[in-house]
Amino acid sequence: MSLDTVKHASETPDSEQPWKELGLKEDEYARIREILGRRPTGAELAMYSVMWSEHCSYKSSKVHLKQFGEKVPENDAMLVGIGENAGVVDVGQGYAVTFKVESHNHPSYIEPYQGAATGVGGIVRDILAMGARPVAVVDPLRFGAADHPDTKRVLPGVVAGIGGYGNCLGLPNIGGEVVFDSCYQGNPLVNAGCIGVMKHEDIHLAKASGPGNKVILYGARTGGDGIGGVSVLASETFDDTKPTKRPAVQVGDPFQEKLLIECTLEIFKEKLVAGIQDLGGAGLSCATSELASAGSGGMRVDLEKVHLRDATLSPEEILMSESQERMCAIVEPEHVDRFLEICEKWDVIAVVIGEVTDGERLEIFWHGEQIVDVPPRSVAHEGPTYHRPFARPEWQDALQADDAGKLPRPQDGAELKDQVLKLVSSPNQASKSWITDQYDRFVQGNTVLAQPEDAGMVRIDEETNLGVAMATDGNGRYAKLDPYTGAQLALAEAYRNVAASGAKPLAISDCLNFGSPEDPAVMWQFAEATRGLADGCLQLGTPVTGGNVSLYNQTGETAIHPTPVVAVLGVIDDVNRRTPIAFAEEGQLLYLLGDTREEFGGSAWSEVIHQHLGGMPPAVDLDREKLLGEILISASRDGMIDAAHDLSDGGLVQAVVESCLRGGNGARLVVPEGLDAFTFLFSESAGRAVVAVPRSEELRFTDMCGARGLPATRIGVVDGDAVDVQGEFTLSLAELREAHEATIPALLA
Amino acid sequence: MTARIGVVTFPGTLDDRDALRAARLAGAEPVSLWHRDKDLKQVDAVVLAGGFSYGDYLRAGAISRFSPVMESIIEQAKAGMPVLGICNGFQILTEAHLLPGAMLRNNHLHFICRDQKLRVENAETAWTSDYVQGQEIEVPLKNMDGRYVADERTLDELEAEGRVAFRYLDMNPNGSLRDIAGITNAAGNVVGLMPHPEHAVEPLVGTGKTDGLGFFTSILKKLVNA
Amino acid sequence: MARVVVDVMLKPEILDPQGQAVQRALPRLGFAGIADVRQGKRFELEVEGPVDDAALARIHEMAETFLANTVIEDFIVKVES
Repeated sequence: MSLDTVKHASETPDSEQPWKELGLKEDEYARIREILGRRPTGAELAMYSVMWSEHCSYKSSKVHLKQFGEKVPENDAMLVGIGENAGVVDVGQGYAVTFKVESHNHPSYIEPYQGAATGVGGIVRDILAMGARPVAVVDPLRFGAADHPDTKRVLPGVVAGIGGYGNCLGLPNIGGEVVFDSCYQGNPLVNAGCIGVMKHEDIHLAKASGPGNKVILYGARTGGDGIGGVSVLASETFDDTKPTKRPAVQVGDPFQEKLLIECTLEIFKEKLVAGIQDLGGAGLSCATSELASAGSGGMRVDLEKVHLRDATLSPEEILMSESQERMCAIVEPEHVDRFLEICEKWDVIAVVIGEVTDGERLEIFWHGEQIVDVPPRSVAHEGPTYHRPFARPEWQDALQADDAGKLPRPQDGAELKDQVLKLVSSPNQASKSWITDQYDRFVQGNTVLAQPEDAGMVRIDEETNLGVAMATDGNGRYAKLDPYTGAQLALAEAYRNVAASGAKPLAISDCLNFGSPEDPAVMWQFAEATRGLADGCLQLGTPVTGGNVSLYNQTGETAIHPTPVVAVLGVIDDVNRRTPIAFAEEGQLLYLLGDTREEFGGSAWSEVIHQHLGGMPPAVDLDREKLLGEILISASRDGMIDAAHDLSDGGLVQAVVESCLRGGNGARLVVPEGLDAFTFLFSESAGRAVVAVPRSEELRFTDMCGARGLPATRIGVVDGDAVDVQGEFTLSLAELREAHEATIPALLA
Repeated sequence: MTARIGVVTFPGTLDDRDALRAARLAGAEPVSLWHRDKDLKQVDAVVLAGGFSYGDYLRAGAISRFSPVMESIIEQAKAGMPVLGICNGFQILTEAHLLPGAMLRNNHLHFICRDQKLRVENAETAWTSDYVQGQEIEVPLKNMDGRYVADERTLDELEAEGRVAFRYLDMNPNGSLRDIAGITNAAGNVVGLMPHPEHAVEPLVGTGKTDGLGFFTSILKKLVNA
Repeated sequence: MARVVVDVMLKPEILDPQGQAVQRALPRLGFAGIADVRQGKRFELEVEGPVDDAALARIHEMAETFLANTVIEDFIVKVES
């Protein structure tokens, strides 16, 4: 058995290496040789190949992502920006909040339960690594057509995986989305977000500084998980012993993760770490090179000290292993004993695997023989950058010309009624409680709002009632019609949802799900969406704190709809002032805020009634969104409204039905002057919300809207046990409830 | 004069902070207990909180039941100390044979989280004296293994002795036999239930109701007046 | 009626958190000397008619497509008396 040491590599410059099998391009391999001044060892090759992959290096996307760092709005809430494990924002009273959304799309298609479970685990560790206690999770999910047989395989597995892992960690699941569209067949999008809370002084960064400080690996033992391609290397190096089979699927252990969280928080509390990083994609390769690169640069690791689950692993494989539930900490020597003691208390395995050096190299040894000697920046932060060609696809014009406004509309009240029932019972608009009831929304005892509310909200201080809210939104149909506008609509909707709950939007995270970057049309969608998002964030004053890009979501030549998912984080000074969606009091007046236009491109109505996707998405006016947000927040703070629901897919009628069912009260609606009933009910114009105003507050509320220049139209009253649109139709709540709630269980249970 | 209510943290316990908060809101002095310590720190009563101790691996509650702290709790409970087991705590109590029966996977095989209506069937236990018999309350329910089972004879015995403490109303969320949501031992000091009263103690969070606070005020009154 | 047993186990290379938790608990309960524990599922099938090659092939197919998730699990089919 021969070990490919640094010495050996220097002596055998012409050895053939499987760089191609590891996904490297010829020029990339040449660059590695240039950086090192020799051929890389097997271990080095493995590290570079995985760290320079699309997933870790963002090589196709980073030329576009850099806009998020350039178009930064004035926002003094930002404490830690892009580049760390997750961004951190100031929410006042000495608290800071960190949050992020990530994708786990492909693994969730292969093995839905474990793919989704490990997705939750990964994002939670990202948040933990910032020094924060994770306080809530959200899950934006997208699947193929609701009635497709494979959806029945993927969706229940994903939902059970998210529940099985998240519930076991004790994190309330407070929001997200579930969307069906045949474009996600074979490419489900499983995005997971997490929010964490800490005091300002507790922010931890992923850096290794201070020569002599120890590198501690703790958590689960290392197995052969997720090392797929690297086995090529193992078989080359270990010519006489074939490696044992490596698992195709990573299994999450939420119990281990729960112990890791409690153990890490206790370690933070005693201020025992100088730097910390979670182990995610690319495992130890990523953690050691990033920690060293962000710190003073030098680190020495003795790889044989790593606790293994599978004793046959080669050093290359140990470096690449993506075994879950592991963290890497940099600890000053005098704190090591106490660190290990706390790990022992929580039954967490911990071992010192190396130390920070005063050199500038990352050096890794295997039983005393050096197998890695690299400048860590070259691995972690100086990967390749691609300027991929992008071009507006030829079909875009025809798609936009196929105006949804020309589709046949309902002709009378009976037809309207029929279409309303079809809308609220369609899989995308139907109640998702069958899914969300499989998640624990109560644990930790701080949940103020959870699905199906507009935004999830948790209290973070029991004394002052300070709280944070989060909403995630995305609409692939809009983005397909116009990626720039579609990305801004996703941002606007999440922003509006947070404001509707009474919280002030502060910052965003995004998860950008697209097809193959090698297709210029997809690359154009990506470029347009990122430009739209960056411009939108600048205008709304909500910086991008970080996020994730998922590419290659496509089957053959067919890409998914471009699907930027945006998570907006907001703060509320007193959660007592939150605004729910429920119409809870009869007699309250319903006001429609904003302007309603004939906008049906990409709408739920066009999908449900006509299976149509074409035309232009609704127009975006971000200044209007800002104004609407300010009004909703002021009205909540001053007690002028008792309920608010944002208007988005499905339009006004969808929002009213949801608020009525939630509150157990009906509504009588009158079509306002200047609008026809159809446009009133189904239009998806942006920048709108419906609010319930107590009669005693009506004057004060309308005065405020008038003074600020926000159109507020009285459209009816909360009343009875039916939704009644005067002169058009009446639908009883019982009938609506049956239509709205039966669909998902019928398809999936 | 108040009472000390201990809440045990096992590896994987989730609702310990909530139970401590509920005890505090009721006016008691909350005390954290650790699974490895036999020392109960002179508490007057113990809550075994919800969660997934040891990941629910093997069987829910099966590994926790053998922890050092449980040795003391089993001994004290037999001597009359009040013990409340919520969800995973209830599972631990049945595994420890302090309460009869066992909990199996929900009949629909899914985790379920909902606002659940219950009827208080026995308002004379240490943990339910602030309710009236027949009172309907609403508290969150959230579990994977919540289907209460026992043999017919045990069930008949529980019914005859008034030891069914809570029953599910409107719908049986997990297939529990005879709609049983919670039971008590014969002495009335050990009570276990699947739903979570500690999540219904503040008007603002959780379900928005405070129907669960009665568990904690009941025990406090009993201990203080004792 | 003949009984056919299908044992389903996680593949050896796949992490088994349940087995690990049980293994770690054993020493505390005084059961020493157990190096590893893996937990699996056992299915007992009461077969109508003869358990011939055709029947076994059907059971094999059933195990492969339904009883086991062959992405992460192996299975063994055994005929009992």
